[in-house]
Amino acid sequence: MGAEPVTGRSRGSRPGPIPAALLALGARPTGSPGPNTGAPSSGSFTSGPVEPRLTPDGMPKLVRIRDRGVVGGVAAGISVHLRVPVAWVRVVFALLALMGGAGVIAYALLWIFVPAGDSGATDGRPNTAERRQAYGIAAVGVALLIAGTALGFGDWIGYVLGPLGLAAIGGAFIWKEADDTRRARWRRTAAGFVGPTSGSWWRLVGGVVLVIGGLSVFALGQTDFTAVRSALIAVVLTLVGVAIITVPWWIRLVRDLGDERRERIREKERAEIAAHLHDSVLQTLALIQRQAGDNREVLRLARGQERELRSWLYGPAGYASPDGVGPTAPSTTFVAALATAAGEVEDTYAVAVSPVVVGDAAMGPHLAALVAAAREAMVNAAKHAGVAEISVYAEIEGGTASVFVRDRGAGFDPLAVGADRRGLAESIRGRMDRHGGTATVHSAPGAGTEVELSMPVDVEAESATKDGA
Amino acid sequence: MTWAGGGDGAPAKADGPVTVFLVDDHALFRTGVKAELAGLEDERIRVVGEAGSVGEAVVRITATLPDVVLLDVHMPDGGGRAVLEQVHGPHPEVVFLALSVSDAAEDVINVIRAGARGYVTKTISGRDLADAVVRVSSGDAVFSPRLAGFVLDAFSDRPGAAPVTDPELDMLSPREREVLKLLARGYAYKEIAAQLFISIKTVETHVSSVLRKTQMSNRYELTRWATDRRLV
Repeated sequence: MGAEPVTGRSRGSRPGPIPAALLALGARPTGSPGPNTGAPSSGSFTSGPVEPRLTPDGMPKLVRIRDRGVVGGVAAGISVHLRVPVAWVRVVFALLALMGGAGVIAYALLWIFVPAGDSGATDGRPNTAERRQAYGIAAVGVALLIAGTALGFGDWIGYVLGPLGLAAIGGAFIWKEADDTRRARWRRTAAGFVGPTSGSWWRLVGGVVLVIGGLSVFALGQTDFTAVRSALIAVVLTLVGVAIITVPWWIRLVRDLGDERRERIREKERAEIAAHLHDSVLQTLALIQRQAGDNREVLRLARGQERELRSWLYGPAGYASPDGVGPTAPSTTFVAALATAAGEVEDTYAVAVSPVVVGDAAMGPHLAALVAAAREAMVNAAKHAGVAEISVYAEIEGGTASVFVRDRGAGFDPLAVGADRRGLAESIRGRMDRHGGTATVHSAPGAGTEVELSMPVDVEAESATKDGA
Repeated sequence: MTWAGGGDGAPAKADGPVTVFLVDDHALFRTGVKAELAGLEDERIRVVGEAGSVGEAVVRITATLPDVVLLDVHMPDGGGRAVLEQVHGPHPEVVFLALSVSDAAEDVINVIRAGARGYVTKTISGRDLADAVVRVSSGDAVFSPRLAGFVLDAFSDRPGAAPVTDPELDMLSPREREVLKLLARGYAYKEIAAQLFISIKTVETHVSSVLRKTQMSNRYELTRWATDRRLV
């Protein structure tokens, strides 16, 4: 009966560590299951991670369910395992705790030895009612303890309840912190020790202080002061010694973890680049070797490949751009659409078309018409000018989108163009007219041609402007 | 490529050919440029040296003190920017023309802000490259259409742009803007002059002024391009 107050106090102490721990849970809603190590007969069952794993007799396997637990998820796990309400389990633990501390010891042992697992339940987090209920059970435990105290166990309170209770709280802190789910996460994080947040460090330190302090005060109450002091000094010296001895090992561990991670990232990066170069550049080089006699074709292949690689490296969503994820830049912006059009003309007519664009806007029907007209102008230049390069400049500024397509080729007399030439009349002028824009052609025989297209653009659409060109 | 002031017949320097130094970590490319420049039989320029790394470049440029350095932007050990930083300070008379395969805005702007007087891409023709070399050696700036576009973009007053703190440096004059736009449209200096009814010399003055603003301005867009890559 002498141990009863201790256990009762221990149960009552639960609200102590909980707020911080819940805070931690709330901050990291990962719910990722720890490795299910040491679970017997797990190999023979292949149910998915969502389903609760079952033992051979059809019961859900006993795992700690941290998502739903208030302290360590033991009670929640047992309730799932035995298919009984979690409150019953908690009451049993509380009652056992009042009986010589058996409940606390059982809880601690289960916490240590039962692996953390997936709840497999639909409701992850313990809801407020459930949590309140758990606190209530703990409070009843404390009440019983106080009743016990009133009935004549007061002497014990002084020595045992305070210090040992504190030590128990500290132990709970440390165990909660070093719970194997958490440790698995530490292993996954970059530099090992960077893993725990500063908050969890404080909890860890606080736990250690409470354990050592509680135990020493307990000892203080029992034995004389000097003996305790020398014992404390011995303990501290031993701890310091162990820490010093293992320092190199810790450092190496941390460094190895960092190195390994860096190496893995580098390897992944290298593989990605190698794969891309193989799929694009090497293939193109092979094609160029086979077409070596055909200058035009070689130029076309080289330009196409250059454009592709350039957009992969430096494009808006490119590999080397700050927030780039890789290739693929959807033609949802004016810049991208114009670049795509220029690329098509390059590929089809084996001329170099290099668009320079200032400003950008999200694509709309009007801008699409502008790009289509610009494409037609590029095609005209590629077909008729007889040059190897076409300059394209576009800007979106002050509510107007303008595109200039210029070549230094043959040129023509705009007045002498027959009315039957549909390219210029229909594809460019007609298109621009229909969308409220204008098309102007400056050209003279021998002096090259410049087609100027401009169109009012919705300023609202421009607010979706991307940065840079 | 016809934009590098092409057809203007940039004047040769009075005292002999312009000496050119090549910096590029690809030996093949150096050989190609040398062969191409030699093949032009251009009296105006002479290649006097080359280097394949930042350290080598700094030592040899300091030793030879060429008129113009053709500088690759992307190299190990800091790239062209590192060479610029180590040589441009003690030897401001050496003019740098960046020559790169990269068209990324931040690369272009960075190398200009580090002190280069121009930027051309490696696909430029030998003739245009020679013109560009002569042009920068005579104190002008060389803006490719793409560079002109980047600079226009950086100085644009779109919503969300940084406030102008120093109008002298942070804004382009309307004329400068017009010149830049024509450059971006692929016009040669001569054509720009004809279009705007000004002299070629005035066009050159405007371009040099834009270059100075690009180098000196603290506008957000210009510094952002640099800091995004943590180069400044």
